[in-house]
Amino acid sequence: MLRILAKIQKIGIITEPLPATDQVALEQVGQQLRDRVGELFSGSLAIREVDAGSCNGCELEIHALNNPYYGIERFGIHFVASPRHADMLLVTGPVSRHMEAALRRTYDATPEPKLVIAVGECGANGGEFGVSYASCGAVANVIPVDAVIRGCPPTPLDLMRGILEAIGKRSP
Amino acid sequence: MNDAWITALLAQLAAHDVHADEAPEPGLAPARLIRLAAEDWGTLARVAKAAGGRWVAGFGEDNGEEIVINACFEKHGAYLVARTQVNRATPILPSHTPYYPGADRPERHAQDMLGIAFSDHPDARRWSRHQAWQDKDFPLRRDFPVAGRAVGPTPPDDKYRFLQAHGAGVYEIPVGPVHAGIIEPGHFRFQAVGETILNLEEHLGYVHKGIEKIAEGRDAAGLARLAARISGDTTVAHGWAACMAMERAAKHEVPARALALRALMCERERVANHLGDIGAILNDIAFTFGFYQFGRLREDWTRVSQQTFGHRFMMDCVIAGGVGVDINDAHRSAMLHQMTKMRPDIESLMAIVEDNASVEDRIDTTGYLSPEQAKDFGAVGYVGRASNIDFDVRRDAPYEPYDRLQVDVPVYHYGDVAARTKVRFHEILASFKLIEQIVNALPEGLIATAWRNPAAGAEGLGLVEGFRGEILTYVRFGDDGRIARFYPRDPSWLTWPTLEKLVRDNIVPDFPVCNKSVNGSYSGHDL
Repeated sequence: MLRILAKIQKIGIITEPLPATDQVALEQVGQQLRDRVGELFSGSLAIREVDAGSCNGCELEIHALNNPYYGIERFGIHFVASPRHADMLLVTGPVSRHMEAALRRTYDATPEPKLVIAVGECGANGGEFGVSYASCGAVANVIPVDAVIRGCPPTPLDLMRGILEAIGKRSP
Repeated sequence: MNDAWITALLAQLAAHDVHADEAPEPGLAPARLIRLAAEDWGTLARVAKAAGGRWVAGFGEDNGEEIVINACFEKHGAYLVARTQVNRATPILPSHTPYYPGADRPERHAQDMLGIAFSDHPDARRWSRHQAWQDKDFPLRRDFPVAGRAVGPTPPDDKYRFLQAHGAGVYEIPVGPVHAGIIEPGHFRFQAVGETILNLEEHLGYVHKGIEKIAEGRDAAGLARLAARISGDTTVAHGWAACMAMERAAKHEVPARALALRALMCERERVANHLGDIGAILNDIAFTFGFYQFGRLREDWTRVSQQTFGHRFMMDCVIAGGVGVDINDAHRSAMLHQMTKMRPDIESLMAIVEDNASVEDRIDTTGYLSPEQAKDFGAVGYVGRASNIDFDVRRDAPYEPYDRLQVDVPVYHYGDVAARTKVRFHEILASFKLIEQIVNALPEGLIATAWRNPAAGAEGLGLVEGFRGEILTYVRFGDDGRIARFYPRDPSWLTWPTLEKLVRDNIVPDFPVCNKSVNGSYSGHDL
C-alpha cells in the first residue's frame, strides 16, 4: 500500500494543460466543453459508443479520452453502458451489414433528444472499405447523423473538439 | 529452422499411399509447397497431426475453373503449405477439424465464403455469414459481385443455433453484439448455474467488412492501406505481413534500413498494446490504480510514436517496397531516453501488481488454459506462451532484421490470467532490448525502393509476429499488378476458440478479465 501511495505521490497529477503547441490546447477545448455541457446537459453529457464495424483504431483513441492525460470526465462527459442512458451516440464505422440492425436498434433505444456523431474516415464516408456486399459505408447511410469527426483515427484532441462542435450546434 | 519434419512427413504420406508432389514455389519461401489430391486431404491432416505439426491456416481461392485450397502447417519454425483443388460444381473436401480443432472456424469461413463443403466437419453451421448474403451465395466466388445482391436493410441474425443446456438452475446469458464498454461487437452466449459458467459459445462475424473481396483488383499501394486497417491495434504488423507477401511474390529487394524501421515500429506497436492491455486487465479486476498508471505509460509511449513516425499508431508507415517515414538522430535519442525512464517505472509497477493480494486473488488460477488445450488449438502469441507453447516467429522462423537480433521469448506453463499478464510484461522488456539494438545499429541508406509489378500468378507468403502472435498473409497477383487473392490470418483465429475453453468453471464476473487477457481482435478475425 505504501508503494502505491508513493507511486501516486511521485507521479502526481499529470492531467494536462498541454505544453503550448500549434494546436488549440487541450485545457482550452476542455473549458469550452465544460461550459457547453453545463449549459446544455446540466453539467453531464452521457455518451454511448457504438463500434458498428470499425477496425478498432477509433476505439483506441476514444479509450484514450479516459486516460489521465485527457481525463474527459472532468469536463462532465462520461461513457455509459446503455443507449437508454445516453444523450449522444459516438458511432465508428464503416457500418458492416452484419451490424446494421444492431445499430438501428441502438439508435431507437436512445431517448430523444439525441445527438449522433460519426467518427473516423470510415464513419464519415466509408473510408477504405466503402460500400460493398458486406459494408453499408458511412454511418449516415444507416441512421441520421448530426456531426462527423474525421481522421484515421481522429486523435483524442480531435475527438474532444468534434464533440464540442457537435453540442455547439444544439440550441439550449 | 529445421525442416526435417517435412521430409519425414512426406515419407509418411508415401507410406499411406498418398502421392504428394513437392513443387518449388519461391514466393512461398520459407514455406515448402506440396500438392496432393483432394481425397487425400484428410489423410494429410491425420499424418501431420501424428508428426506433431501445428495447423496454421487454411484458405482457398476460386480461380474461375477450380477452387484451390491451401492448408499451412508448422513445426520447429519450418512451414509447409499443402495445396489441392476441387471442382467448382461439387466442391467437397475432407475436413481437418477432426484432427485440429483450430481448423473448425477457418473451414466454416471457407464454407461460407467459397462454398466448400467439408465432408466430415463436426459442425456444419455457418460462421462468417449472417444475413448479408444468402445461403447459396459465396462472396469469394468470381461471379459474386462486390456490391452483393441484397436489397434493403440487412435483417438481424437472430436464428443462429446456439448450443442449449438444460437442467434445474441452468440459465442463459446473451451478451452483445453491442457490449457495455468501448469495445468491438460480437455475441457471447453463456450457460451458467449460479455464478459458474458451464459453457460459453462465441458468435462472431459482426464486423465482417469484406476485406478479402475488396482487396481484389487493388494495386500494391492500395493493398498496403487496406492491410493497415485489418485491425487498428495491429496496423504495423498486418501492413508488414501484407507487404512482405507482396515483396516475396515480386522478388522485390527491400532496403535494410526500411526493414529495421519496420521492426522498430512493430516493437513499438507491441509495447503500446501490452501497456494498454495490462492496464485494462487490472481495470477489469477493479485495480484502478494499475489501470491509470499503465494508461499513462501507454499515452507517453504513443506520443513518442507520433513525434518520431508522425502518427500515434504509425498507420500507413509501412508501404510496398519499404517504409514511408524516416527518423533522425533526435528521434533515436528520444526513443532511447524514454525507455531509460520507463523501464524502472514499469518494473516498480509490476512489483506492486505482483505483490498485491487482491490482484493475486483475482488473476491467479483464473481462466486456466492447459498446455494440452493450447497445443490442440495451436494457440499462438502470449496466449500460447502463457501455456507453455514456446514459439515466436521472430526467433523460430526469423525474418529480416530479426535474424541478427536477440529475441527473448518468455514462456510460462501456468496458463492463467496472471501468466498471460506476465508474458506481456516480459515481452515489453524484450521489445525494449530489441528497440535498443535496432536504434543503435540502424543501417544507412534508402527507406524504400520503387515498386515494380510482378507477373500475373506470382504468389507470396508473409509471416510476421504481431503483438497477438503469428500473422500469416497470402497474396497472389493477377494481371497488371492487381491483387487476385488476399488472405490475412490474424492470430485471433487461433486464440478466440481458447477463450471458450478457459472461461469454463470460472464465475461470470471473471469473464471480462478472462476475455481481456486473451484480447482477440474482432475486426482482424471477422475480416
